[in-house]
Amino acid sequence: MITPPVVDLTLILPEMIVLGVALLVLMADLWLAPERRGYLVAASLAGVLAAAWVAAGAADGVSFAGMYVRDALTRVGQVVALAATGLGVLVAPEYLRRYNLDRGEYYVLVLTAGAGAMLMAASRDLLMLFLALETLSIPLYVLAAWARGNARSQEAGMKYFLLGAFASAFFLYGIALLYGETGTTRLPDLTSALAQQPAGISAAAGVGLLTIGLGFKAALVPFHAWAPDVYEGAPLPAVAFMSVIAKIGAFVALLRVFPLALGALADQWTLVLGVLAALTMIVGNLAALAQSSYKRMLAYSSIAHAGYLLVGVATATPPAASAVMTYLAIYAAMGTGAFAVAVALERSGGEADRIEDYAGLAGRAPLLAAAGALFLISLAGLPPTGGFVAKLGIFAAAVETGSVGGLALALIGVLTSVISVYYYMRVAYVMYAGEPDQSGGVRLHASPLLNLALLITAAAVVYAGVLPGAVTSFTQQVGALLSRL
Amino acid sequence: MWFRTPGGDLLLDYIPVLVHFVIVVGLTAALPALHALVGGSRPTPPKMEPYESGVWTIGSTRERVPIRYYLIAMLFILFDIETVFLFPWAVVYRRLGAFGLIEMLVFVGVLGAGLIYAWKRGALEWE
Repeated sequence: MITPPVVDLTLILPEMIVLGVALLVLMADLWLAPERRGYLVAASLAGVLAAAWVAAGAADGVSFAGMYVRDALTRVGQVVALAATGLGVLVAPEYLRRYNLDRGEYYVLVLTAGAGAMLMAASRDLLMLFLALETLSIPLYVLAAWARGNARSQEAGMKYFLLGAFASAFFLYGIALLYGETGTTRLPDLTSALAQQPAGISAAAGVGLLTIGLGFKAALVPFHAWAPDVYEGAPLPAVAFMSVIAKIGAFVALLRVFPLALGALADQWTLVLGVLAALTMIVGNLAALAQSSYKRMLAYSSIAHAGYLLVGVATATPPAASAVMTYLAIYAAMGTGAFAVAVALERSGGEADRIEDYAGLAGRAPLLAAAGALFLISLAGLPPTGGFVAKLGIFAAAVETGSVGGLALALIGVLTSVISVYYYMRVAYVMYAGEPDQSGGVRLHASPLLNLALLITAAAVVYAGVLPGAVTSFTQQVGALLSRL
Repeated sequence: MWFRTPGGDLLLDYIPVLVHFVIVVGLTAALPALHALVGGSRPTPPKMEPYESGVWTIGSTRERVPIRYYLIAMLFILFDIETVFLFPWAVVYRRLGAFGLIEMLVFVGVLGAGLIYAWKRGALEWE
């Protein structure tokens, strides 16, 4: 007798809303007149908002034969992923029309990638995690190559796809080795199996390969080499979205695998993750110093931020886990915002990618320059912005452990943050003190949706900086989940 | 014992496979060797053709295939996978009941939406 696995469809209601809206947008775009694509944007945003509202209040549970879990990490991870998805939709429409790239499939891909990140947050099984990772990644490969007539964008998509597929193979091989050692792919069973027997070499190799697979998605050094090239070539709104959503997915998965599932073996992986975090912070920040392209600078900056986030995962205490989620929430706002500023500019037919394109922006568009400076200050981690709160949470959790490693990581984090102030403030300085471009080569493009995205992200960055309790009171349930183990 | 796997199964069960393997390797080595030793070799131009008794090859084998072919091929694979899921479902259809039917209808419905999309976007047009 075959009994179908117990399925609880109410548990996956947020994902079903997002994917249902994606399917609806895909179908509607076939018959909708091009000038009415605004309806697709509106439908996507409505779906994201509805899903976020459901996800924030949904009750805990486990279903689908134990492959799917809804708990505190799922809740926080999904709400943050949905916020990033909504912002990803908002920054795109004007840019897509400007470069004649406006097709309804863009929003379908953004929503699908968002659903992938949501499923990563809810995976209770390594195979489920792999499927979710691919659901997140494949739309991102297409989004990177979205500018069809642009060779750089095609190159970015191809590079991202080939290296991403390679990283996925690592991830799968890691799952296979762990299965060979323990006979299971369920994370809780893995926990108990590895607790009973001393971890063998193949289990260690399996965990290592999982780390490589996720490290690629999160752009950790030394698996980061794709990031600057892909970010430079891909269209700006796609970069704004992918840089944030890939980090959310990867770091929620890292929290799920390392502190939550393999917490008992912490002494074996904290050193590895700690070294990776230190390398990522140092290489990301030093390489960002030398960039003259705004997108490449932000690419290395996003690598550096992955390093700060990994400090939280390596620390693996309840406050650190909460701090990682706080960081992701704030990064979603400031990361998207920093790219959104560039979306609003254009240099003679192309993206305004050189840092000198931002010269004298404050004189021409005071509000846009103020928003840009705010995001850069926040990315540098200076008070009173959200970026300061985010870094403070991570470094305080690392110091609190009292271990030499935690202290060293916090020290490296603070020192590299000081370095980062230079390259962020250089752009802000150019915006305010630079000679404005008189030839009229750099043009401004304002659109209500882009302005809304800038307003939301700027408000979120300031709000999180002034009243951090608003964010941390929501994310602290992740730490509570970890401390109950 | 060396012939026991960690699971406890006797590796001896696989002796027939080993015998088969040895015969295959032996035969494939022995037949060409026998041919070379006693058969001799008298090459003539027709014998050196790629297909001694077939049609003459026309043009290069490195033919360029229209990109449309790949589009159709990809769509074929996508919908071919659908049948992979339909077969096991059909086998246990009665025991799964209404639940299985609805699940499969949703699955086919999503794929159907994909077909409509591909059709409407012109992916099925050859010209």
